[in-house]
Amino acid sequence: MSEPSKQVSPMGVAADPMEDIAVESARRLAWRRAVFRFRQSSLSMLGLAMVLAVLFVAVFGSALAPFPEHIAGGVDTGNRFMPPSLAHPFGTNELGQDVLSLVMAGTRVSVLAGLGIVLIATVLGTVIGAVAGFFGGWLDEVLMRISDLQLTIPGLIFAMAVAAALGAGLFNMVIAISLGWWPGFARLVRGEVLAKREETFVVAAYAIGAHPLRILFRHILPNIISPVIVKMSLDIGFAILTVASLGFVGIGVRPPTPEWGTLLSISRSYMPDFWWTAVFPGLAMFFAIFGFNLLGDGLRDVLDPRARR
Amino acid sequence: MLRFIIRRIIMLIPVLFGLTVMMFIIARLLPGDPVALAAGPNATHEEIAALAAEFGMDQPMIVQYWTYASGLLQGDFGVSIFTRRPVLTDILTYLPATLELVFAAMALSIALGIPLGLMTAVYRNRWPDYLARVLALASISMPRFFLGLLLQLCFAMWLMTFPLGGRFPIIYEYPPFVTGFLTLDALIAGDLESFWLACRHLALPAIAMSLSPLATIMRMMRASTIEVLQHDYVTTARAVGLSQRRIVFKYVAKNAVSATLTVIGLYFGWLLGGTVLVETVFDWPGLGLYATQAIVAQDFMPVIGVALVIGLLFVLSNLVIDVLYGVINPKVRYA
Amino acid sequence: MSNPLLKIRNLHLSMHSFDGKAHVLNGINLEVKRNEIWGLVGETGCGKSLTGLSVSGLVSSPPAEYHGGEILFDGEDLLGCHEQRLLALRGNKIGMIFQDPTTNLNPVFTIGTQLVDVALAAGASDPQVLGLTVGASGRARRRAARALAGDMLDKVGIPNARARLDDYPHQFSGGMRQRVLIAMALIGRPDLLIADEPTTALDVSVQAQILDLLRQMVDEFRMGVILITHNLGVVAQTCSHVAVMYAGNVVESGPVRRVLEQPAHPYTRALMRAIPTRDVKRGALFGLAGSVPNLLSPPTGCRFAPRCALASPACHSALPADREVAPDHKVACVHVSAMKETSYA
Repeated sequence: MSEPSKQVSPMGVAADPMEDIAVESARRLAWRRAVFRFRQSSLSMLGLAMVLAVLFVAVFGSALAPFPEHIAGGVDTGNRFMPPSLAHPFGTNELGQDVLSLVMAGTRVSVLAGLGIVLIATVLGTVIGAVAGFFGGWLDEVLMRISDLQLTIPGLIFAMAVAAALGAGLFNMVIAISLGWWPGFARLVRGEVLAKREETFVVAAYAIGAHPLRILFRHILPNIISPVIVKMSLDIGFAILTVASLGFVGIGVRPPTPEWGTLLSISRSYMPDFWWTAVFPGLAMFFAIFGFNLLGDGLRDVLDPRARR
Repeated sequence: MLRFIIRRIIMLIPVLFGLTVMMFIIARLLPGDPVALAAGPNATHEEIAALAAEFGMDQPMIVQYWTYASGLLQGDFGVSIFTRRPVLTDILTYLPATLELVFAAMALSIALGIPLGLMTAVYRNRWPDYLARVLALASISMPRFFLGLLLQLCFAMWLMTFPLGGRFPIIYEYPPFVTGFLTLDALIAGDLESFWLACRHLALPAIAMSLSPLATIMRMMRASTIEVLQHDYVTTARAVGLSQRRIVFKYVAKNAVSATLTVIGLYFGWLLGGTVLVETVFDWPGLGLYATQAIVAQDFMPVIGVALVIGLLFVLSNLVIDVLYGVINPKVRYA
Repeated sequence: MSNPLLKIRNLHLSMHSFDGKAHVLNGINLEVKRNEIWGLVGETGCGKSLTGLSVSGLVSSPPAEYHGGEILFDGEDLLGCHEQRLLALRGNKIGMIFQDPTTNLNPVFTIGTQLVDVALAAGASDPQVLGLTVGASGRARRRAARALAGDMLDKVGIPNARARLDDYPHQFSGGMRQRVLIAMALIGRPDLLIADEPTTALDVSVQAQILDLLRQMVDEFRMGVILITHNLGVVAQTCSHVAVMYAGNVVESGPVRRVLEQPAHPYTRALMRAIPTRDVKRGALFGLAGSVPNLLSPPTGCRFAPRCALASPACHSALPADREVAPDHKVACVHVSAMKETSYA
């Protein structure tokens, strides 16, 4: 990503006269500066564009798909294994379904699952990490040992086992993956809370008699939001990848729900002659994950001062 | 140092204990009736009950755990209720295949990732650096199983230069068992033809698996190299007349590698747990495929066994990394 | 009179930074001969370290940009030199020591490894360093390099030198590490040594030892030395000559006794008055008002003029040229002749 510090920053010049206004506007200024640096980085902007495209398809994909009836499970046996053409840009599969329509519909499944996993893991991990870091003592010890153990268990195998036991379905899969995802967030939040707990503004809040929970929610958590956002954005790509992985090994969403990993797993038995049935879902997967990773990487460069190099 | 290692190994015991308890609780908390699944669709209630009794699954959970844990202490990982084979035997059969694959992928990603990280740091903010960084991020974003499929499509199906899958041609016999690594065993037996065959089978899955750790190691190495390059001793080394190449590849590299080691350790565990995907693509007879079969059948003894073995290997690999860290960095004291 | 070892003429250097281009070296002039120890003094940021790094060719551009001037070493212009040539000069002809001995040795290699590598690099450019002929085998070179490393450590006063070659830097004290760094800088027998604040990070008692060692090494190797410091006491104790820098200019230079006893430039005189002595009463110590000018938009003319009590319109119009007020004693100030009449009692 570009080196923002090298640029002559017009924001830097504008900063001085505003410096002694309220803290609130200083925070807004920091955000504006971050936005400025983010926009300087062409790769981050590319990532943002890719993510927006993915989100657009996720929302409107089923409506815009050229063959919406195939998404619901309709088949067209007369048109099996048509190579990519104008009518079917991604070709058709073993049931004569339009691969482009399936891929577009699959976007919603993947994006929903990815966002769901990261949201659940963030909430779970933040609560656990904040409680552990803020209250300390035996509670901290117990929670952190559990999260250490969870980190030792191979994540994919854990998710597969839980998903298999819960049964097929998008919701079950999201739950299964999130259950193994929270420790990363818990550790991050705990570390940040521990660091912030010692800072003067927290000590000052204690001194004026604020309730501990108010201190945690009003003073500490808002100040650790940016590393959490960075981790969330970096994790969405991997969550989408995990969803597709489960689909690929045959655990998780079942057909006819179009899911990228499942599509790939079914169509790989038709390679090499009907390669398009496998390659296009795979490319869609790569595109979405790459977009989220570019975005997350750019956000980290901007929001996490330690990573700025 | 020996005392440090022994202490760390002793500290493993509570971790493994916790791991079994946790896996046991999760396995029992989950819905689903593994016994009924194992007994088959046409089994009567009596048959199911008999099967449950045979495997002690009708006992309270505490008793079941006690049986399992005391067996574990004697090296008994339990029995699969599906195949009725001892879990340990199966794991020992499949583990070498997985380890060979993981070691090959790790070797590949370390051998390429470290020098690439050094170079991109030296060419920082010039086009080779930008290119390598975009490619690295793309590599991390590439699903391993999709990459595996693409490699299969290109090199096994179209160009036909590599085998499609498996560890070894079915019609051939494995080289005599020594390490369980076919490549090494073939070398030990002095059988170059088998060695070549084993290597060719290993190549595509190892490449598919190595891309993402390679990119991560490269990124980590780049970041730590950039940090190390700003140290005073680098300026001193230049001032006393050492060449740039010697400075980067000897003096900076050793310092930067020590920061990268942690990532390498983490990735080793991550690869072990993630072989499932590549093993599925390439029909690689390893732990991942074994675990998948057990998971689909909700056969929990093998799943717990695999998780335990992988967890153990992961913790051990971290121990090795810690020891290496001390070897590289003389200031670290083992306490 | 022998030819100067190093001759810096009218050196200009700018640094590109976030806020713009800073003109940090504004026409430096300096001449160093063998056996001379030049003290380069000035406040933080006046460009004294950059001058030293420029001689070693260690200023990376970008962000730095040279525009004008030359650095002649034995008659060879270093600014026009290829990196390959600079590499051969560093260590063999020009040695360098830095401020903080705790960060200037690589923590993960034994000092033996580090010294041997420097000796080998020096030996590659000049086989005589190792006392070997051109075609010597790698093993012989290695052995000779290790022997030389041991000798050098011994020479800089490290007890039990040969045995300590296999120790890591953290096993040495700060003063000992600085001795190791001196050994490293001198192992290739350089003609010129640049010591950038070599004693600033050390205890006072160790400081004196290191300065003694430096003087001893100059006598033994017949080097020229540039000793960069902000401590006039160190200069008075160690140097034969001194150059006073202010905001990218050498404002006064000459033999150390002459300059320190009869300072001519207002800045030098201010510096001298800022040194506490036994006679100064509590509260009476003189401090220089104002601060170093912003080099992004430096004052035209004399850069000291904004802080100078004697400043006149002439000072603001053009940079004053060097005037020789006594043999080898040069001053860049328009008031210099006027000042010679006033006494500085």
